[in-house]
Amino acid sequence: MARKLTRKQKRATFIVLGLAILGGAVALALFALRDNVVFFYSPTEISERGLGVGQRIRLGGLVEQGSVKQAGPATIHFTVTDLKDKIKVTYTGILPDLFREGQGVVAEGAIGPDGVFVADSVLAKHDEKYMPPEVAAALKKSGEWRPEGATGGS
Amino acid sequence: MALNFHAYANPARFMMLSRRLVAPIAMIAGVLIALGVYLALWGSPPDYQQGDTVRIMYIHVPAAWLSLLCYTVMALASATALVFRHPLADVCAKSAAPIGASFTFLALVTGSLWGKPMWGTWWVWDARLTSVLILFFLYLGYLALWATIEEPVRAARAAAVLALVGFVNVPIIHYSVVWWNTLHQPASVFRIGGPTIAPSMLAPLLIMATGFTVMFVALLLLRMRAEILRRRVRSLRLAQAGFAGGGREA
Repeated sequence: MARKLTRKQKRATFIVLGLAILGGAVALALFALRDNVVFFYSPTEISERGLGVGQRIRLGGLVEQGSVKQAGPATIHFTVTDLKDKIKVTYTGILPDLFREGQGVVAEGAIGPDGVFVADSVLAKHDEKYMPPEVAAALKKSGEWRPEGATGGS
Repeated sequence: MALNFHAYANPARFMMLSRRLVAPIAMIAGVLIALGVYLALWGSPPDYQQGDTVRIMYIHVPAAWLSLLCYTVMALASATALVFRHPLADVCAKSAAPIGASFTFLALVTGSLWGKPMWGTWWVWDARLTSVLILFFLYLGYLALWATIEEPVRAARAAAVLALVGFVNVPIIHYSVVWWNTLHQPASVFRIGGPTIAPSMLAPLLIMATGFTVMFVALLLLRMRAEILRRRVRSLRLAQAGFAGGGREA
């Protein structure tokens, strides 16, 4: 079986092996760092991990339908849900244009002693769906509208 | 491949062929991009959530795709250069880098301009944005390596190794939105289960992407021609300096 490799074959083997080893090393490193690479935690992850009061985290999920309440000139309360678990949020400040009920959101802040997440920044997260307004209206009318859920858990 | 690869990889033949090809390819790119811009700005509907801001997508997404395509071309050319030691492969890798860096820069800037109105921020350190920024730095590092090592053969080899090592980042960029929670939304076109983008918006996007790709081919051929000519000038200068009494730097 010891057929001698040509120099080209040797170089090619070296490159393929090198890339495979490098890929494996990077995969292991990223797997080990996975908690630091995620941008936000869902409400379920927060309760599962027992992320406690006062810890600075980013909370991501959907703004629950009907949960947005104006509580002051620039203060609002809303609930972030991943369709399994939910966390109440309070925020004072300017909201992004895309902030609305049923849409994705990422809030940065900490859980207060009363269990309410006090956010000091709120970012809107939109999903991968793009369509004209007429199509969205037609889908809603025909009952084919599926409110998102894709972004919530992932 | 049935084609005799080496016949086309000969620099002299490449110069002859590319000379005739650059202009028509550039014209096709121009027509496609003009059509794409028209459809993107006037011939497509606003988005049901984002309104007219969605039109940034028609530049942002093709630029981001091209940033990955350029890098893939660069890595393939670098591997070919290392294995087969073919001079055209080096020229191809070196010529693709500035184009790729420009597309990456364009994707970063348009993404930032899009992020401010939609997300509420110019920049976040999520996995997608960070990995694309790393791609940009890889391009810059690659170019810097070529610029610092004076001797072309050694520069080519060092740069090719960097290009191959950096290739690990390409699948990470693509899957970053799947593997981790990110602020950036997941893929809309290249995804399991088909595109989640309305046909009236997908058409201009694909036309723009094709236009950008054809433009990349035209630019790559043009840059490769310039690089080959530059190398010829360099070797002529060296020969001249040799005649003129040896050792004098050109």
